[in-house]
Amino acid sequence: MSEPLIRVVDLAKDYVMGSNVVPALRGVTLDIDAGEFVAVMGPSGSGKSTFMNLLGCLDHPSAGRYSLAGQEVSALSGDELAAVRSRKLGFVFQHFNLLARTTALDNVALPLLYGNVPAAERHKRATRRLTQIGLAERMDHHPAQLSGGQQQRVAIARALVNDPQLVLADEPTGALDSRTSVEIMALLQELNREGITIVLVTHEHDIADFAGRIISFRDGKVIEDRANSAKDAAAAL
Amino acid sequence: MNFTATLRIALLALRINKLRSALTMLGIIIGVAAVIIMIAVGNGAQARVEDQIRSLGSNIIMVLSGSTTSGGARGGTGTLPTITEDDAYALNREIDEIQAAAPTLRGSGQAVAGNANWSSSFYGTTPEYLEVREWAVIEGRGFEAAEMSGAGKVILIGQTVAKNLFGDASPIDQVIRVRKVPLTIVGVLDRKGQNMMGQDQDDIILMPISTARKRVLGSTQQAKSRSVGSIMVKVKDGADMAAADARMRELLRQRHRLQTGQDDDFFIRNLSEILQAQEASSKVMSLLLAAVASVSLLVGGIGIMNIMLVSVTERTREIGLRMAVGARGRDILTQFLVEAVTLSLIGGAIGIMLGVGGATAIAELAGWRTELSGGSIVLAAGFAGAIGIFFGFYPARKASRLLPIEALRYE
Repeated sequence: MSEPLIRVVDLAKDYVMGSNVVPALRGVTLDIDAGEFVAVMGPSGSGKSTFMNLLGCLDHPSAGRYSLAGQEVSALSGDELAAVRSRKLGFVFQHFNLLARTTALDNVALPLLYGNVPAAERHKRATRRLTQIGLAERMDHHPAQLSGGQQQRVAIARALVNDPQLVLADEPTGALDSRTSVEIMALLQELNREGITIVLVTHEHDIADFAGRIISFRDGKVIEDRANSAKDAAAAL
Repeated sequence: MNFTATLRIALLALRINKLRSALTMLGIIIGVAAVIIMIAVGNGAQARVEDQIRSLGSNIIMVLSGSTTSGGARGGTGTLPTITEDDAYALNREIDEIQAAAPTLRGSGQAVAGNANWSSSFYGTTPEYLEVREWAVIEGRGFEAAEMSGAGKVILIGQTVAKNLFGDASPIDQVIRVRKVPLTIVGVLDRKGQNMMGQDQDDIILMPISTARKRVLGSTQQAKSRSVGSIMVKVKDGADMAAADARMRELLRQRHRLQTGQDDDFFIRNLSEILQAQEASSKVMSLLLAAVASVSLLVGGIGIMNIMLVSVTERTREIGLRMAVGARGRDILTQFLVEAVTLSLIGGAIGIMLGVGGATAIAELAGWRTELSGGSIVLAAGFAGAIGIFFGFYPARKASRLLPIEALRYE
């Protein structure tokens, strides 16, 4: 393993609120290797969301460097970041963020639309991912016709459809009941075993316990970074 | 991202809010329909005036007899027969700008043919009259020189007279009696339609001026002298009407031996000028109508902008999501722009149908003349598209400039 998938060095982010400068992230240095399943923890205001946004190329760091799969991304323009997101990243959100009145299939295919994938290919790949997460028979359903767990599965299929090198999950179980949460974690673990790198933000220890590595944030800094003997979610069901 | 996909997204977004999309389109629909109808009505009015100019003949100047003043009471035009047949011949001869001048003696009476009869106006005139009015003889022939000089008992009749006296039968060589004088029809005039006062110009009988004077008018005052009621003058195409007017005035004053300082004993009326003024005013009118209609298009455009702004705010999270999964700013810009343009183009298409239908209905129901022009339809459609782009651009740009994290966090 020559280089880690993620390498951040002295990564910092300040938010300017009027005349005040609020430091949200104060110099974070860490590596994440391909194939890891990392849980990022911390109370609100600890900087974990800011860290996730930077990892997700959704925001520019104020200082420091971030290289993703060997590509230095901290100085890229907005359009270049969009291209990185389109090719290398997948997102799972707390509130699913599925497009209403759009079928599960079209929701899953959405990232491919911006990756200039031809229509037939979009359809094929979206169908494959939906089948993989076990919702093949719900392809033509709209989000409103699906349960919370099913919606999050569709969202996970969407995150995977562009074959990303990194999936970022921001409180993916935050809007789900505990049993469904474990189901979702089991799915993520399964995907991780297939080789997908996952970084997950959560404030629940139970959820973090399913990850192989736990990084804790407080006041914009990493206060703990430890390996975790991951609990098997499938067994916990 | 390719265009068909963008268009599909736009159509989907418009379908999701059907009522709102329809109401937004309504502004454009009304605007486009109004522009098309107004231009059609304006063009119709203009075409009517142009037809009148064509039926009168172009570059027409009328010379009328002066008025009498007796005991302080001034009579109307023509009460004093001051102009003569010879004035007309002199005008023809001596003024270069004049193409033709026709003296006319006007009268009216009952025309009788067999057991049919019809009251009509007759004019004693010269062959120049047909040239001045640009009037063709469509059946038979015009007057011959011998008939002009020898008070030949021949006439030309208009379509209305022909129809009322002879129905569909050919009137050529038929004899009708006007004021008991038997006259042979040698020709039928082309159809002219109504003049600008709404009078039927085809209700007319033309005869040589000598015939009118010696045989038909008989004992009336005009018959005794060489005087005529009016002279119709056609000025050559491209000649200066004002100059012709001035030279005619000068010549007639000379012929009538008027001293400097003495009033004219005739009137000169430039008919074409009156019609041209009417045409100009109808042009201004149709421009005005189109301008007012354009305002409603503008309002429709503002409606689109308003709705697009609401839509961008409402769909902030959607925009954030699209950006997170790889949409660039310009993808979002295109999406919303296409949405706005689609809205305005669909509205424009419906507006065109409504406008064409409305113009036709106005023509049918109100009896106004309307003229649809392809140009106005293309103009309205182009305008609708331009409005979509113009008013859609600001909201679309606003959407494209959202920051993904803030858009995603938006509640």
